[in-house]
Amino acid sequence: MVRLQDLKQINRFEWEIPKSYREDMRVPVRIFATHQLLEQIKDDKSLEQAINAATLPGLVDRVVVMPDVHQGYGFPIGGVAATQLPHGVISPGAIGYDINCGVRLLASQIEFEAVKKDLSDLADSLNRLCPSGVGKKGHLRLKIGELERVCKDGSRWALKHGYATEADLRRTEEQGRLEGADPTKISKRAKERGRPQLGTLGAGNHFIEIDIVDQIFHQEAAQVMGLIEGYLVLMIHCGSRGFGHQICTDYVREFQAAVKRYSIQLPDRELVCAPLDSPEGQAYLGAMRGAANYAFANRQVLAHFARQAFEETLAGKIPNWHLHQVYDIAHNMGKIETHEVNGKPTEVCVHRKGATRAFGPGFQGLPPEYRSIGQPVLVPGSMGTASWVLVGTAESMKRSFGSTCHGAGRTMSRRKAKKTVWGEDLRKELQAQGIHIRAGSMAGLAEEAPQAYKDVDAVVETVAGAGIARKVARLRPVAVIKG
Amino acid sequence: MNPQSLSGYRELPHTADWELEVWAPDLATLFEQAARGMYQLCEAILVSHPRITRGIELIIIEPEILLIDFLTELIFLTESEGLAFDEFNLKFEGNRFIAHITGAKLESLSKEIKAVTYHNINIRETGSELKANIVFDV
Repeated sequence: MVRLQDLKQINRFEWEIPKSYREDMRVPVRIFATHQLLEQIKDDKSLEQAINAATLPGLVDRVVVMPDVHQGYGFPIGGVAATQLPHGVISPGAIGYDINCGVRLLASQIEFEAVKKDLSDLADSLNRLCPSGVGKKGHLRLKIGELERVCKDGSRWALKHGYATEADLRRTEEQGRLEGADPTKISKRAKERGRPQLGTLGAGNHFIEIDIVDQIFHQEAAQVMGLIEGYLVLMIHCGSRGFGHQICTDYVREFQAAVKRYSIQLPDRELVCAPLDSPEGQAYLGAMRGAANYAFANRQVLAHFARQAFEETLAGKIPNWHLHQVYDIAHNMGKIETHEVNGKPTEVCVHRKGATRAFGPGFQGLPPEYRSIGQPVLVPGSMGTASWVLVGTAESMKRSFGSTCHGAGRTMSRRKAKKTVWGEDLRKELQAQGIHIRAGSMAGLAEEAPQAYKDVDAVVETVAGAGIARKVARLRPVAVIKG
Repeated sequence: MNPQSLSGYRELPHTADWELEVWAPDLATLFEQAARGMYQLCEAILVSHPRITRGIELIIIEPEILLIDFLTELIFLTESEGLAFDEFNLKFEGNRFIAHITGAKLESLSKEIKAVTYHNINIRETGSELKANIVFDV
């Protein structure tokens, strides 16, 4: 167990576990947290897992830990690690099973007060049109060839089939399509799992949420994004479903042998990896990009059906029920990026697992209207608490490989949450707060109770205080659809 | 003595996912308990009829990988066909693992296990029993 006295405090929001802490560490671990959050973080195995992550071959600079970090398996959820090309490794476990799990935000010109009475119907429509929950299949049935086109084209596939607009794609990370996806490196089983699930939310912590823009902190950025205080927005949180999970499962298994071939010693088998320039590393990269593209398309199709739900419920009642995309961003991903390492621009593979890319102003990959404000960062909270819109900063480029937090972060196990919270009571409690809940199971709802998470506001204040993101707007939920 | 009476499973606390500790006097019973524990975690309830049997055959590389492969097969059968199993006939023959498993369609499943991880997976001997800890991604 890592003790607080083993950590060196850098400033109010930053701590370090030095490389000397354990013999096999290749780089130090840098933690963004307040003292109070650190007290929570040290209660699980997050920091041990970050230290284990610091043993990956080819790492540069530091392993970064976000304030919403919690224990995962192998790599902590809320961790960032960069490995140098060409010989550094890529680790599927350091990206996660739900490849390109991410968040999409759509904004509206709908004033909350104007549709308050319609919210229950709107929640019902969203729940009906956006399939969610255990074992739910989607409206689409893809043949294998079509699925392979989704892998290659991502959101562009959705555009071609009428589920997207050009504006949606422009406001999606990588325009919703990673180059280099290779469906031939994806197993038949993964394709079988992915075929019926495109356009589905799944279960667990995934959700669709209607929020009100509660408070604006950065007027210029909010205006560019189309966020208006008191108006509705829609947030979608999900990933690559069984498709991504199977790809990760396949490659974690395959890399069990690869680490032996490349004589890589690791403290945890879930961290298995292969050099980026090896055939194994290249194969995983091609497959992972296919899953990432599937996830972009998945959120795009869900956005399409969410728009239908808004039209079905609100057309004729208000003049403008349309939803426009603010941004779509991944928080489980491996990306080849250039970052400054030891004063030199260096090509690295940034592993973000439960961490969001947060590129600062001037980044050319952003749509022109966002280049002066920085990349939007979407931070979902837990039901009943706030979610946040942030922007990346120049500081995040220097200190966290252009990354920031991804959510509130769990503090309580699912088991304990179910024992502590009764799902039906929680539903009534949230309803009393004016939050309409549609959930596939009450047990599942209890597991995701707000009490099971850290205070998202404290997480956001930490990344803002540390300078690795800037606050734009705080959102407050009024309807939540959960699997 | 019946190996079932010396075997079992229990859930251990895990912040975000699910961890199961499984024990048994032999490998086949350990695998069976792992499967039963996994279904218990997702609160799988089967319809009573019709009973359905499936065969699974896997190559043995090492026991830990085999255990994960076996559970991954079960997850796939749940996701693709809506099946879960409560009777297990598991055999090790040379480098092959042969499972005949009987169960039924799911009446309900309250949670979905999405993957079986390799996190700290280690089948170890403790006295007269085998033990393993398995972390599931949910």
